[in-house]
Amino acid sequence: MRRFILHRLGVLVPTLIFVSMMIFALQQLLPGDPALALAGEERDPQVIQFLRARYHLDQPLPVRYAYWIGGVLHGDLGESIRIQRPVAELVLEKLPVTGELTVMAMIIALTIGIPAGIVAAVKRGTAWDVAANAVALWGLSTPNFWLGILMILLFSVHLGWLPASGYVSPFESLWGNLSTLIMPAFVLGNAIAAVIMRHTRSAMLQVMRSDYVRTARAKGLSERVVILKHGLRNALGPVITLGALEFGQLLSGAVLTEQVFTIPGFGKLVVDAVFNRDYAVVQGVVLCTASFYILLNLAADLLYAAINPRLRA
Amino acid sequence: MTDAIVPVRAETDPRIRELKRFLWRLGRRKTTIVGGVFVALFLALAIFAPLISPYDPIAGNWATVRKAPSAAHWLGTDELGRDMLARIIWGARASLSAGCVSVGLALALGVPMGLAAGYAGGWIEATLMRLTDAMLAIPFLILAIALATFLGPSLTNAMMAIGISATPVFVRLTRGQVIAAKVEDYVEAARALGNPPLRIAVRHILPNVLPPILVQATLTIAAAIIAEASLSFLGLGQQPPQPSWGSMLNVAKGFLNQAPWMALSPGAAIFVVVLAFNMLGDGLRDALDPRD
Repeated sequence: MRRFILHRLGVLVPTLIFVSMMIFALQQLLPGDPALALAGEERDPQVIQFLRARYHLDQPLPVRYAYWIGGVLHGDLGESIRIQRPVAELVLEKLPVTGELTVMAMIIALTIGIPAGIVAAVKRGTAWDVAANAVALWGLSTPNFWLGILMILLFSVHLGWLPASGYVSPFESLWGNLSTLIMPAFVLGNAIAAVIMRHTRSAMLQVMRSDYVRTARAKGLSERVVILKHGLRNALGPVITLGALEFGQLLSGAVLTEQVFTIPGFGKLVVDAVFNRDYAVVQGVVLCTASFYILLNLAADLLYAAINPRLRA
Repeated sequence: MTDAIVPVRAETDPRIRELKRFLWRLGRRKTTIVGGVFVALFLALAIFAPLISPYDPIAGNWATVRKAPSAAHWLGTDELGRDMLARIIWGARASLSAGCVSVGLALALGVPMGLAAGYAGGWIEATLMRLTDAMLAIPFLILAIALATFLGPSLTNAMMAIGISATPVFVRLTRGQVIAAKVEDYVEAARALGNPPLRIAVRHILPNVLPPILVQATLTIAAAIIAEASLSFLGLGQQPPQPSWGSMLNVAKGFLNQAPWMALSPGAAIFVVVLAFNMLGDGLRDALDPRD
């Protein structure tokens, strides 16, 4: 287990270095003078001079990277040109909103995906299996921003049951918080539910064919115990790993969902930054997302190793 | 006598037998056929848009602003009086070209990188795989948004951003396939005959690892179409007044009360074409890998 952890940490460091290099290199894609591009519509020579000094734009590329990564390691992700506030502060401010949305979406995805996957596997080849697969294909093919628009059309415009946009903090009103987040969370969790359903089905099919399941049945255990205790417990490993990988998709999806439902989270921050050409914010958000995703993958691998005795040895 | 031998030869040729078996397995699933038909239909719409489109997709008409679906405008009109059906037909061009071009770019970059990593091994593999891990660490759409932001908003840049973001999947897949293939007897035989490494990789290994890559390419086209629509929805893809399904949905969002039909057809078009590619990809995968 210790060797496994050390190996994973050994891979993590170069990956993080490459990620930081790639995100820093994004700035090089800007056409022309980076200082002019970073200044956006601001053409004040003093501002341009300030930006040149702030980002060491007159220095060679490796030196600029060293300054940038040094700042990042000290928690300095740069400053938003539009809002005039540190990017790290903005990210920390928006993170809880997106965090709540993605966790809710994941709960919805697991609640739909795992039972649907079990039913599809246990009742393989029946109408249940066909229906679950059809729903999964529907989930994978529906663009979440369109599903969001359709849900607003039905539940907000026609029925008037739920608010079409906005966000209410849970500390302000729990009901208000739920009513603003339930639609976006469902929209976000929908596609992930389809992926989780497919993987649960596949893992369950494999597990249900194994010898220990046959032994459990031969012992006279009820089918329910065989499926849930012997089947599902062993099939959950790959689903956990996949769940962590899908968190990345949730963060991607959150960008669009937050835009559709006007939720002031991480996604809205990056989209506003895109329109304002606030490049430091875009870089900061991408860096935080990638770092979070890498750490989540590490956590999933360690969790998988912890529940899988073959990897623990 | 010769005439009698030829068909026997053709039937016992393992490649022809394999192809026949593949086509039989492909045709066995109705969903694959339906997916293939819809993909062909949308490709035809995109190619023959100038001939099929009932109206100009760009020219506005103040007399027909936000008209509900009717005999004259089957899918209604938008906020500038443009025919929705015409814009859906022309939008197929942006979506399908984004899907195909970006996946073509991802294949052009990813397959040689995967081939080099899998076949050469050593520091080449280590470097390429760490780079791939780094790219995979950034969620697909976030990376595409970041690239499109810095490259500037346009359909071409969106296609480049999607293509680059989709590359690591092909690097990983090709490398895995190559590692498995390079210990096969036919590779050993090619090496024993004195073939140079590049020739072995390109002429002997590549053709044998292509099927799973093509399946992945079909499924990635579906993802790329959604990615293009997402970027256009955010204003980073096709620029107005050129039609794109994603940007049409972005505009429709502002008129949900007055003109709900504006939101229905572009989303339905994305859904159907993505579903068709997914069905085709699933069918191809099952036909190539009958174990499941």
